[in-house]
Amino acid sequence: MEVRHSLLSLIRPGLHSLSSSWKDADVNLDFTREEQEFREDVRCFFQTALPDSIRRKIRLNRDLSRQELVDWTRILNRKGWAVPHWPIEWGGTGWGPVKQAIFLDTLQQENAPETLSFGTSMVGPIIYTFGNEEQKRRFLPRIANLDDWWCQGFSEPGAGSDLASLATTAIRDGDHYIVNGQKTWTTLAQHANWIFCLVRTNREVRKQAGISFLLIDMATPGVAVRPIQTIDGGHEINDVFLDNVRVPVENLVGEENLGWSYAKFLLGNERTGIARVGASKALLRQVRELLDTDSGPGSVAGDILRFRERLAALEVELKALEITQYRVLARQAEQGDTRQNPAASILKVKGTEIQQAISELILDMAGARALAVHDPEENGGHFADPDSWTQTVAATYANWRKISIYGGSNEIQRNIIAKQILS
Amino acid sequence: MIFELTDQQRLVKDSVDRLMSDRYTFEARETIRKGTENWSRERWKDYAGLGLLALRVDEADGGFGCGPFDTMIVMEAFGRALALEPYVSTVLLGAGLIRLAANAEQRARLLPPLCEGRLLLAFAHSEEQSGNDLRHVAATAAPAEGGFVLNGKKTLVLHGDSADYLIVSARSSGATLDPSGIGLFLVAAEASGLSRRSYRMIDGQRAADIELNGVRVSPDNVIDASGQSLPIIQQVVEETIAALAAEAVGVMDEMLRLTSDYLRVRKQFGVEIASFQAIQHRLADMFIALEQARSMAMFAANACQSDDASHRSTCIAAAKVQISRSIRFVSQQAIQLHGGIGMTMEYKIGHLFQRATMIDTLFGNGDHHLSRLAAGSGLFAALDGCASDSR
Repeated sequence: MEVRHSLLSLIRPGLHSLSSSWKDADVNLDFTREEQEFREDVRCFFQTALPDSIRRKIRLNRDLSRQELVDWTRILNRKGWAVPHWPIEWGGTGWGPVKQAIFLDTLQQENAPETLSFGTSMVGPIIYTFGNEEQKRRFLPRIANLDDWWCQGFSEPGAGSDLASLATTAIRDGDHYIVNGQKTWTTLAQHANWIFCLVRTNREVRKQAGISFLLIDMATPGVAVRPIQTIDGGHEINDVFLDNVRVPVENLVGEENLGWSYAKFLLGNERTGIARVGASKALLRQVRELLDTDSGPGSVAGDILRFRERLAALEVELKALEITQYRVLARQAEQGDTRQNPAASILKVKGTEIQQAISELILDMAGARALAVHDPEENGGHFADPDSWTQTVAATYANWRKISIYGGSNEIQRNIIAKQILS
Repeated sequence: MIFELTDQQRLVKDSVDRLMSDRYTFEARETIRKGTENWSRERWKDYAGLGLLALRVDEADGGFGCGPFDTMIVMEAFGRALALEPYVSTVLLGAGLIRLAANAEQRARLLPPLCEGRLLLAFAHSEEQSGNDLRHVAATAAPAEGGFVLNGKKTLVLHGDSADYLIVSARSSGATLDPSGIGLFLVAAEASGLSRRSYRMIDGQRAADIELNGVRVSPDNVIDASGQSLPIIQQVVEETIAALAAEAVGVMDEMLRLTSDYLRVRKQFGVEIASFQAIQHRLADMFIALEQARSMAMFAANACQSDDASHRSTCIAAAKVQISRSIRFVSQQAIQLHGGIGMTMEYKIGHLFQRATMIDTLFGNGDHHLSRLAAGSGLFAALDGCASDSR
């Protein structure tokens, strides 16, 4: 203490009296003992509670069935961990941002599925933040338990990055809204029984000022789902057509015409979880294992030095991103909401760039072995082991082109960053 | 994890930032740069007065016993201001070697005057053939009269021209690349048999080539003759890389500030060029590169708190990869976005570019450290419990 005082007196004579509130725990990026113990508890749970069949599917990046995600969500919910970030009264854990990040990181590293984000990270937070008591009681427990499968009705054929130009209308008719329009890129709508939509309730005002947030039961007459085949050979996204759909007024969240501000709140939420550092760690660990073990004809051996350098470069970028993420979270914990912090957009841009680069690296490692499509419905087919790591890499590579597009495209994120720097 | 500075560190930061903004404007720096020594003894006294030369020296030796994050604060401020003083050579390398390798008598003799700004050191280690290999020592140390006699040539000795004493690495046994057999010896700059030739480097700082022809080292100036100095050299160089990472963050931070200022002033086609999206996105990418580098500068400082040498080496290599990549991108784009003005020596941006190129290359560039990482067992495998996972 004496030496600290003498340094202080060199710097600023007369400030010794501050020493009673002296904060002298040095910066340290290592987890505290408590954080380490927490991570061990979480990891232990995932290792014992996660069914092997699901773990294997996530590791190979194969789609889960609806039932598999429901089963896993209920395992989490029984443990009290389905919605850790929610308010405690609705099933949250009370963990701070750093603990939540450790939880998510560990979940991803253990190849456990994340809960359905449209429910737990999107409409759930919207409802507990802006919804009424009745809506909270009616919907939140069913979201946490995946009793309701929610999908997101934001994008439209004419409204992508310029989301506020959306054209789907909701016109009041007594106790109902009559909804007409088309939503698109609706992920897993084929499994969903509810959709949350941004709809236009006022055409007379500035485009952002006439939007409302509506909850629509997919069983309502006039709702139709059309599958969209994608370049990865899969079916994940859909068009959702809304044709004179009658939606009860009590399904309006918050106030009419304030839906845009709720959506902006959501897009902020969407960004902080989007870095997926834990998932990338799990993948890079797989890459390392493959580089150490994949041998024989067509194996990685021929280009192993190049692959090792690419792996090392990605590890560096991922480590930097992980620390950047904890810096953002620590500031969030300290100061509250930081949606205006351009660092959050870094997480989106860099996180997706890293994931895409990993998928490219794995594709290149598989080489020609990645080219044949394994389709269990096709008779005969390619003779390779359907559980081989090479079977899904081309699909994943193609599928992951989406991640720099959704959630606010990376170009939009760069606009956000530049605006902050130049303001 | 703790990301917040301590109160003491905030005070250090405030006072260094204030000193540099008051007395190290670009104009003031130009005067210093064009002076006879290319750096300022006046500013050196200021640093001593603030205690900056004594931060990492142990309390028992008259210092403050601070950690690597304190160094980080100072270096970031020096980076922004492009300080020209011999902080790397005297404080990071010189005092670092003394702190880790010298005996109590030597520390008591050397460190107090160093902390007070009255003694300058330089580290004479690299040789013409050594590249980035710290093991490469061809200079010899032969026992004589209780002390040693040194012979050999050293090159790129940072601020070797103004140093009062040189810490010379020399080999008492083994072949040129043998990890063992290397010792450390203190030699007065005026010693008989020692000659130096000094020159400017690309960033305006100075270095010297040193020739040792039968230079006698008395027993009290033998710092470490165990032949096992390499791990200490390694550690000091790694601490220096961590500090340079922080300096790099300061350099990039300043580049981004100057560039975004310029984009709002410069008009073409009747509008501020900041209004063009091609330019906005470049700026965003520079910001991302800077923040990734900032994270890895913290990671490097954090690694310096570790006692595990191989863990520290891996982390420092990773940090240098990120720093080199970020600073190369940011410095190139900063010049590009300034246009022709960026090419001149009349504006600070070009000087920042020069220092950026130095930091990129010093102690191994990005490719060098990437190769080291690629040959190892991986960054995440090496990082048990360090803001990370280890499985």
